[in-house]
Amino acid sequence: MNQKGIFKNVVVKKYIMGLSGLFLILFLLVHLSINLCALIPDGGNTFNELAEFMDLPVIKPLEVGLFIGFIIHILDALVLTLQNRKARKNGYEVSAANANSKWYSRSMGILGTLLLMFLIIHLAHFWFPNRFTGYELDGKESHNLYQLMLYTFNELWIVVLYVLVQISLGYHLLHGFRSAFQTLGLNHPRYNTIIEGLGVIYSITVPLLFAVIPVILYLRIHGYIPY
Amino acid sequence: MSHGDMNLTLKIWRQKNTETKGSFETYPISGISPDMSFLEMIDVLNEKLIVEGKEPVAFDHDCREGICGMCSMYINGRPHGPKNAVTTCQLHMRSFKNGDTIVIEPWRASAFPVIKDLAVDRTSFDRIMAAGGFVSVNTGNAQDANNLPISKEDADESFTSAACIGCGACVAACKNASAMLFVSAKVSQYALLPQGQPERKSRVLAMVAQMEEEGFGSCTNTGACEAECPKGISISNIARLNREYLGAALSSK
Ligand code: HEM
Ligand code: SF4
Ligand code: FES
Repeated sequence: MNQKGIFKNVVVKKYIMGLSGLFLILFLLVHLSINLCALIPDGGNTFNELAEFMDLPVIKPLEVGLFIGFIIHILDALVLTLQNRKARKNGYEVSAANANSKWYSRSMGILGTLLLMFLIIHLAHFWFPNRFTGYELDGKESHNLYQLMLYTFNELWIVVLYVLVQISLGYHLLHGFRSAFQTLGLNHPRYNTIIEGLGVIYSITVPLLFAVIPVILYLRIHGYIPY
Repeated sequence: MSHGDMNLTLKIWRQKNTETKGSFETYPISGISPDMSFLEMIDVLNEKLIVEGKEPVAFDHDCREGICGMCSMYINGRPHGPKNAVTTCQLHMRSFKNGDTIVIEPWRASAFPVIKDLAVDRTSFDRIMAAGGFVSVNTGNAQDANNLPISKEDADESFTSAACIGCGACVAACKNASAMLFVSAKVSQYALLPQGQPERKSRVLAMVAQMEEEGFGSCTNTGACEAECPKGISISNIARLNREYLGAALSSK
């Protein structure tokens, strides 16, 4: 029965979920490190140099890999979620699920959908103009990603959006980080505390730092804090 | 039967058979003793219904001491009611307050179709067991026990996993109606013993395949199963199943 293709199996689909999730967790670390450079008060030079490096042809395969990682994670999530829905067609009248599990553990699909919606907006803000259409700042064709960042975070609602989505990310990871290890079979009394601890630290620190960047840029642009 | 002074309102799922659509019926009940078990309380209700010429509520039960796993009832939004680590038959009416409304539903999972009222068909678990939950032994005299050395740690761990009574509370509690806790307990129980080694790989592949065929969901590690399991089966078994499956899938033909 295992002949009919192991990729069709639920447990295998879960390995793919866990692996793609861990891959995205690693990616966020790289992404965050680069973004934090935008806060260096050198007029965006360091950040732009890194951005130019990321435009080099050697990075291209990594970018494609990242897209594939996202697509696999999202499609696998969709397939599993639909399968799980089918496993209970008639729901309960009363549910006291808070007595046995955390709301965010039960809401990975919704939290992930929020992340996906943000991802599309986020790509439209930065990746798309940077890669394809190019962008005009102050009326002239520009290739200054730092300037584009300042331009984007000039708007308060965009800053608010970027901050709020980090809450979804934080909760997605608060469950996802340790869940990925469990899915891959890595559950051992000796390491569980470390994995859980790392998960909590990651899920709080990374979204917090991501949120801080647009806030600081906004405050600087509007002169609330000095450079 | 002893009488007490608890008055309750029961909201119970009534469903004639698998094909018909069910609905809730409300039954006021009085004279309940706090020392009664939950099933005894339902017995009182059923006696009353029979006297009134109505159809009694169908529910599964057998041992009434927490070992057979039959007494499936989803009580006020939780399998086996508000207490942890007990089955419905071990739940007492003192866990409720006088005047409470108690909502009682059957396990809800596509792989556990309702037979009637609160009784569900759990033969899907039997078919998963038939797929691999056994060891093949040669007939003849029992072997000398010392021929099969096993560490105390593994023996204990296997025994703890074997404590699963197949009640299905894990499936009932899981938002995905996943049977991973049950299957992982059964896989672990054999994977840890010398007797389980010959069929170790084929067992996990076959049981997982059957689990999927029965229409159970996948595991998203919410931990609801572990929290609701009357026998305290740990989700570390699910991680073991995930490891066992990976090893078996990669190395078997
Ligand atoms: C940067 C973004 C993201 C990261 C770092 C991330 C990370 C993770 C991790 C580590 C898991 C746990 C995997 C497991 O339990 O084995 C997970 C699960 C999940 N993710 Fe994401 N994810 C991200 C984006 C998304 C998006 C955009 C979606 C949906 C559109 C999504 C939907 C889900 C769902 C539904 C699950 C639960 C699936 C399951 O446990 O079966 N995620 N994610
Ligand atoms: S694992 Fe626990 S909840 Fe699930 S069937 Fe076994 S005893 Fe019942
Ligand atoms: S009736 Fe046997 S466990 Fe409850």
